[in-house]
Amino acid sequence: MIWRLFFSFIKVGLFSVGGGYAAIPLIQNQIVETHKLLSLEEFTDLITIAEMTPGPISINSATFVGTRLAGIPGALICTLGCILPSFFICLVLAHFYYKYRQLDEVQKVLSALRPAVVALIASAGLSILLLGIFGDAPAAFGNLRPVECVLFLAGFFLIRKYHLNAIQVIFGTGVVGTLIYAVL
Amino acid sequence: MKENKSKILLQLFWATFTLSAFTFGGGFVIVSLMKKKFVEELKWLDENEMLDITAIAQSSPGPIPINASVILGYRMAGIMGTIVAILGTAIPPMVIISLISVFYSQFRENQIIATALQVMRVGVAAVIFDVVLNLAKNVWKTKKSFYIGMMVIAFLAAAIFDISAMLIILICLGIGIANVLISLTRKKGKKETGKL
Repeated sequence: MIWRLFFSFIKVGLFSVGGGYAAIPLIQNQIVETHKLLSLEEFTDLITIAEMTPGPISINSATFVGTRLAGIPGALICTLGCILPSFFICLVLAHFYYKYRQLDEVQKVLSALRPAVVALIASAGLSILLLGIFGDAPAAFGNLRPVECVLFLAGFFLIRKYHLNAIQVIFGTGVVGTLIYAVL
Repeated sequence: MKENKSKILLQLFWATFTLSAFTFGGGFVIVSLMKKKFVEELKWLDENEMLDITAIAQSSPGPIPINASVILGYRMAGIMGTIVAILGTAIPPMVIISLISVFYSQFRENQIIATALQVMRVGVAAVIFDVVLNLAKNVWKTKKSFYIGMMVIAFLAAAIFDISAMLIILICLGIGIANVLISLTRKKGKKETGKL
């Protein structure tokens, strides 16, 4: 059974292009529908946890399903399955990228791509900011969460002015915010 | 030399490990934290390189943080670097999820954890906005309306019209290739007229 799981997660790794949310229906198809390893309810719980905790959704699911069905070895094998396709494909791409990136033509093509990547990062930042300052409520002025707004501005100020690193800012907002809510 | 390499491997492991342990919210989030760590703090990569790695990681199959770790590790220390970076990225979520899958119901109902996770989102957002501001400034400094325009249009496409990142990258790749082909044929044309 464990090898069936391994191959299921190889498929998830191989066919989920474009990040976490693209992987969810694939995982559901493999784990819930094809192999009936989790019930739909357990699967929904899994997605909730995966969204709440750090780390890529497919790694989280692989670990969760693997642990449930075969303990720690199961978690390791499922995660390995999920990582293997990335490993080989990106290794090949990295090899060619570093071989040819000095070419003028390649540089020109890449330089058209870079502004779009900046925009995509900005858009991801905007959606996580909206989630932060509105919670899971719709984005309307009345739903604005004042504590989070202040924390965002403070964090942004500290990082621009004193060049704090990412972990300090993220961990700091977590601690300060939790304390503020505990006092309120 | 050998000592130097093991030092890099150690730094690589620790950097990917801490980033992965604190990053939630999808691929582009961890990529912007990687930019801050590897470009601004450690100065291992230049900014363009990090943007290229992001584009490759986003367009390849598999989890984006893992894809980015593979490329980054390979750049720093070959295959060994790749393996170390993957371990650093994969271990934190594996440990966290294994623990949570045992204590799931306590975890879900714990109000303190829920609050901490909610407020940390704005911390993540502050980091991303910092990174984006630096990146956008550099695009602006090129003073090329073509690049600035591409950035603005791509942002509107992603943020307002919800067009997938994958499609945006593919379209821009197409534009880039077309751009190169046009300038190549122009050069060729000039050479031929020069001969005449």
